[in-house]
Amino acid sequence: MSRMSVSLPGLEMKNPVMPASGCFGFGEEIGTLYDLDELGAIALKATTLEARYGNETPRVAETASGMLNAIGLQNPGLEKVLSDKLPPLASKEVPLLANIAGSTMEDYEAVADALSASGRVGALELNISCPNVKQGGIAFGTDPDLAAELTERVKAVSHVPVYVKLSPNTSDITVIADAVEKAGADGLTLINTLTGMKIDRKTGRPLLANQVGGLSGPAVKPVAIRMIHELRQQTTLPIIGMGGIMEAGDIIEFIMAGADAVAVGTANFTNPFICPELIGELGSMLEHEQVDHLYDLRAEEAGVR
Amino acid sequence: MKKENMTITNHRRIARNIYEMELEGKLVQETAGPGQFLHILPPASDSMLLRRPISICKTDKKTSRLTIIYRAEGKGTNQLAFAPEESRLDVMGPLGNGFPAENVSPGEHVLLTGGGIGVPPLYDTACDLREKGIELTTVLGFSDKETVFYEERFRELGDVYVSTEDGSYGTAGFVTDVIASEKLSFDRIFACGPVPMLKALEDAYPNARGSISLEERMGCGLGVCLACVCRSREDSDGTDYRKICSDGPVFSWGEVLL
Ligand SMILES: Cc1cc2nc3c(=O)[nH]c(=O)nc-3n(C[C@H](O)[C@H](O)[C@H](O)COP(=O)(O)OP(=O)(O)OC[C@H]3O[C@@H](n4cnc5c(N)ncnc54)[C@H](O)[C@@H]3O)c2cc1C
Ligand SMILES: Cc1cc2nc3c(=O)[nH]c(=O)nc-3n(C[C@H](O)[C@H](O)[C@H](O)COP(=O)(O)O)c2cc1C
Ligand code: FES
Repeated sequence: MSRMSVSLPGLEMKNPVMPASGCFGFGEEIGTLYDLDELGAIALKATTLEARYGNETPRVAETASGMLNAIGLQNPGLEKVLSDKLPPLASKEVPLLANIAGSTMEDYEAVADALSASGRVGALELNISCPNVKQGGIAFGTDPDLAAELTERVKAVSHVPVYVKLSPNTSDITVIADAVEKAGADGLTLINTLTGMKIDRKTGRPLLANQVGGLSGPAVKPVAIRMIHELRQQTTLPIIGMGGIMEAGDIIEFIMAGADAVAVGTANFTNPFICPELIGELGSMLEHEQVDHLYDLRAEEAGVR
Repeated sequence: MKKENMTITNHRRIARNIYEMELEGKLVQETAGPGQFLHILPPASDSMLLRRPISICKTDKKTSRLTIIYRAEGKGTNQLAFAPEESRLDVMGPLGNGFPAENVSPGEHVLLTGGGIGVPPLYDTACDLREKGIELTTVLGFSDKETVFYEERFRELGDVYVSTEDGSYGTAGFVTDVIASEKLSFDRIFACGPVPMLKALEDAYPNARGSISLEERMGCGLGVCLACVCRSREDSDGTDYRKICSDGPVFSWGEVLL
C-alpha cells in the first residue's frame, strides 16, 4: 500500500484523485491526452434512461473564480452508454463511478440495475442534486424522505456499492445525509453545484438560456469544506469531496476536513492535464512531509472516525 | 493538441479595439488547415477560470509562428490586450476542424464572407486557396469604418468588397446586400461571422456548396463538457447534436440548425 492509495466501497484507488462527473465525459477525449490508468478513479457523466439533449445554449458563464453551468444532463441514454461508452473503457483498469440521474424513481432503478450489472462499473453515484433539470433531481436532493426512499430502492436493485451525491442547495445537509445513510447508502459524494444566476448586462436578462445554473470552481470550495467537515462529525461513511480543487494543497484541505477521496471538476476545463499533475504534486508533498499515508495528515480529533 | 506557454512575438492594435498578436511555439506544427482555433487563458488572473476561444488567422510552420486577431470585448480579452511582447501566454491548441480548403478543385470560384471578428480564420483560408491557384472573391462586413481590418491583405489575394452597417465605409448594409447588389456568383462559399449573418446567407443560398464557422460559449474546448452544442438539421428524435468545439467550429452548409 502506498502513501496515496485509498480503499473505498467498490473503488480500490491507487491515489485519491478522480475527475468529477460531467467534467470528463466518459473519458473519450481526455483519454487521448494521457493514460486514464494514472487516475484513482473516474466519475462518469450522468446517465439517464432515455437520451437527453439538455438545455439550450448558452450553457456556461464565467463568474469570479468560478463558473455557472446548465448543461441539463445531456447524455446518450442508458442503451448507448452500455453499447458505446463503456466498451472503450474495458481495456483500462481504472475504477469507474457511474453517475445516474432520472426524473422518476423507476428511471433511477432501471439505470442503476443495468449499469451496475455491466461488470465494468465499481460503484454508482446517485445524482439527486442536479440543479439543471426541471422535474425530479433537485426535489429528491432536498427532501429527506424522498432521498431515503430513492436510496433504498436503488440499493435494492444495484449490484455494486451506492454513493449518494448531495446537494449544497439545502438549509441543513446533515438531515439528508442522515436519511440516506439510514436508507443504506455506502458513501457520500459532495458537493454538487450551488444554484446561481448571471445577468447579461447587454440584454438585462439572465445570460444562461436555462436562466439558472450551477456554480462550481474555487468560489464554492469553502462551502464544500464546511459541509464535509460538518458531516464528518456525524458519520463514518466514506466521503468523496469536491468543489473548487485546483491544486494539491486543496486536496489536502479536503482530506483534513474529512474526505476520503476527492473529485476534480471545473479545473479540467482550465487545464485538461490537471488530474495527473495533481497526483504528481500530491505525491511530492506527501514525500516532503514524510508521512506514511495521506490520512496521517488529519488532525487526531477530526470527526467521529 | 498541445498545452503550451507560447511567446508573444508581436502585438499591436490594428483597428478600434482590434488587436493582432503573433505567437511562437511548438503547437504551430500541429495545425491542420485553416479555421482551427486556440483556447487561450487570460493572462495574470486568478479569477478567470475559462479559456477564450480565438481563431488562428495565419500560420507559418517554418518559423513556428501564428497570428491571431481579437477584439478587446470583455474581461479576458481586455486583459489580453495588456500582454507585453516577449511575455508568455497559456495556450491550448490547435483545436477543432477548419475549412475544407483541400476539397476545393482548381477552376472553382470561391466566395469568402466574413463578419467582424469572424474575418480572421478566412485569411488563412484565403492564403491556402490562393496557393492552389483558386480564384477568390472576399466580402467583409464591419460595424463601421473604425473597425475595418485586413482589407488590403485580402486584396492581395483577390477581389474584395467591404460593407459597414452604418455606411461609414464601403457599401452601407450587410454582406448579403453586397453579394446581391454586386451579383456575385460562386461555386463554393466559406463564411464566418455572427449567427444572423450566417443564417441570412444560408437562407439566401439554400443550395450552395460551402461551409460556415460557428461560435458558442465554451468550457473545455475539447468535446468533454457539452457546453457548446448545437442541433443538427437532420435531427430525427430531438437529441441529435454537434459539438462546436470538436465537431466544428466549421460545419457544412446546411448541416446544423442556426
Ligand atoms: C471557435 C471560435 C473562434 C473565435 N474566434 C475569434 C477571433 O478570431 N477573434 C475574436 O476576437 N473573437 C473570436 N471568438 C469570440 C471570442 O471567443 C470571444 O469574443 C471571447 O471569448 C470573449 O471573451 P472576453 O474575455 O472578452 O469576454 P467575457 O465576457 O469576459 O467572457 C466571459 C466568458 O464568456 C465567453 N464568451 C463571451 N463572448 C463570447 C463569444 N462571442 N463567443 C464565445 N465565447 C464567448 C468567454 O470565452 C468567457 O468564457 C471566437 C469564438 C469561437 C467560439
Ligand atoms: C459542466 C459541468 C457538468 C456537470 N455535470 C454533472 C453531472 O452530470 N452529474 C453530477 O453529479 N455532477 C455534475 N457536475 C458537478 C460536478 O461533478 C461537481 O460536483 C461540481 O462541479 C463541483 O466541483 P468543481 O468545483 O471541482 O467543479 C457538473 C459540473 C460542471 C461544471
Ligand atoms: S466546450 Fe466543452 S464540449 Fe465544447
